[in-house]
Amino acid sequence: MTGPGPGTRPAPAGWRPALSPAVNLRHDRVRDADLLVLPERVVVLRGSAAKILRLCDGDRDLDAIVAELQSRFPGAPVAEDVPAFLDRMRTQGWVR
Amino acid sequence: MTAAPRPWALLAELTHGCPLHCPYCSNPLELVRRSRELSTAEWTEVLRQAGELGVVHTHLSGGEPLLRGDLAEIVTAAESAGIYTQLVTSGVGLDSARLATLTAAGLRSVQLSLQHADPAASDRIAGHRSYAAKERAAALVRAAGLPLGINVVLHRDNLDALDALIRRGLDWGADRIELANTQFYGWALRNRDALLPTRDQLARARDTVQRWRDRLGGATDLVWVVPDYFDGVAKPCMGGWGAVSLTVAPDGTVLPCPAAASLPDLDPPNVRDHPLEWIWDHSGAFNRYRGEEWMREPCRACSRRAEDFGGCRCQAYALTGDAARTDPACALSPDHGVIRALTTDAGHPAGAGPPAPTGGYAYRKPGG
Repeated sequence: MTGPGPGTRPAPAGWRPALSPAVNLRHDRVRDADLLVLPERVVVLRGSAAKILRLCDGDRDLDAIVAELQSRFPGAPVAEDVPAFLDRMRTQGWVR
Repeated sequence: MTAAPRPWALLAELTHGCPLHCPYCSNPLELVRRSRELSTAEWTEVLRQAGELGVVHTHLSGGEPLLRGDLAEIVTAAESAGIYTQLVTSGVGLDSARLATLTAAGLRSVQLSLQHADPAASDRIAGHRSYAAKERAAALVRAAGLPLGINVVLHRDNLDALDALIRRGLDWGADRIELANTQFYGWALRNRDALLPTRDQLARARDTVQRWRDRLGGATDLVWVVPDYFDGVAKPCMGGWGAVSLTVAPDGTVLPCPAAASLPDLDPPNVRDHPLEWIWDHSGAFNRYRGEEWMREPCRACSRRAEDFGGCRCQAYALTGDAARTDPACALSPDHGVIRALTTDAGHPAGAGPPAPTGGYAYRKPGG
């Protein structure tokens, strides 16, 4: 209980990101927005955050997620931005 | 009038029945009888309409929601409407079979109440032997892999045990511990003399929370709900009247907040008479204190009005008899003296001496 939290350790080698079971990723038809719904809060996702998170199926590793996004969005700075984004999501405890 | 933003959350008070009798219960003084509760079909329809309206989150609460034999069907109804479900429970009545049924129905998380770190004190405050059931419930929730929140209402009788309470929450595997200082409406207002903490207790409690936050580094979320009597600052009650969420009482009455049942001339609408969308957009009750039009001085020209929305309407009514006045918790309120008088040492109901467990509560019960 006294050490650093689970989200503060570096990502394990061969990490296959998956949404935390506490988190529900959904589209909100009423607001036309993608949401992360948690036990006590709702996070409105901006930009391509939801597209990235939908690839976090616990099956693909980080390279596979980056490759998939590169093929969908040629020329976008995917290789730099996506691992940093997912690391932030992991620190929050929303992705593990 | 511009359209109100869509509500995010719905507090479903499925029943006011409860094995516990906590003296700060957020249910109204006049509890709804079981015979007047909405049926399974009515809750299913409420949740369907709520999903259409934009609600994405529901607290299935009470009273004790486990008293509803149809709770799993209600969870399924919420899930079908796209609404994330959190069970808010005392833990009494939760066994592994019940939890398995609820989880299979789509339940996503559980918030468990705890009254004190010491079993006997917890049972005394709750007015019911319930500590052992809570401990069991926490273990079951962890074993089921659901996120667990522990909710502690803080007051004079348990603030000095805060360190042990946090420790207990961590031992029980909580992902989140909500430390909610008592808000004085309804039952809590009736018990205010016994519940009101001292400034010294609160100062020590704040230090304790900070120490644990530093130590935990965010691994467990410690939420501190401020004691608004002591800060001179009004809380942004409910994120604004009719702005973020709604409460549906056991008999289908719809309220902007659970305490609003205490406002005598609100004439709250009921889902048995009107669609939820009409209630949210057009009912008099939901529009009465929405936005800033209703505000008077000093709120009307105050730079804080967009942050605190004038504070809490129910507290303004409870302490001044007029729900449209500035919340007396605010130091700028002309009525702030009624709160200051209670929170200075001389006027404090506990006297200037050291706080002691007082007991002598008016326990929450039907016909209270």
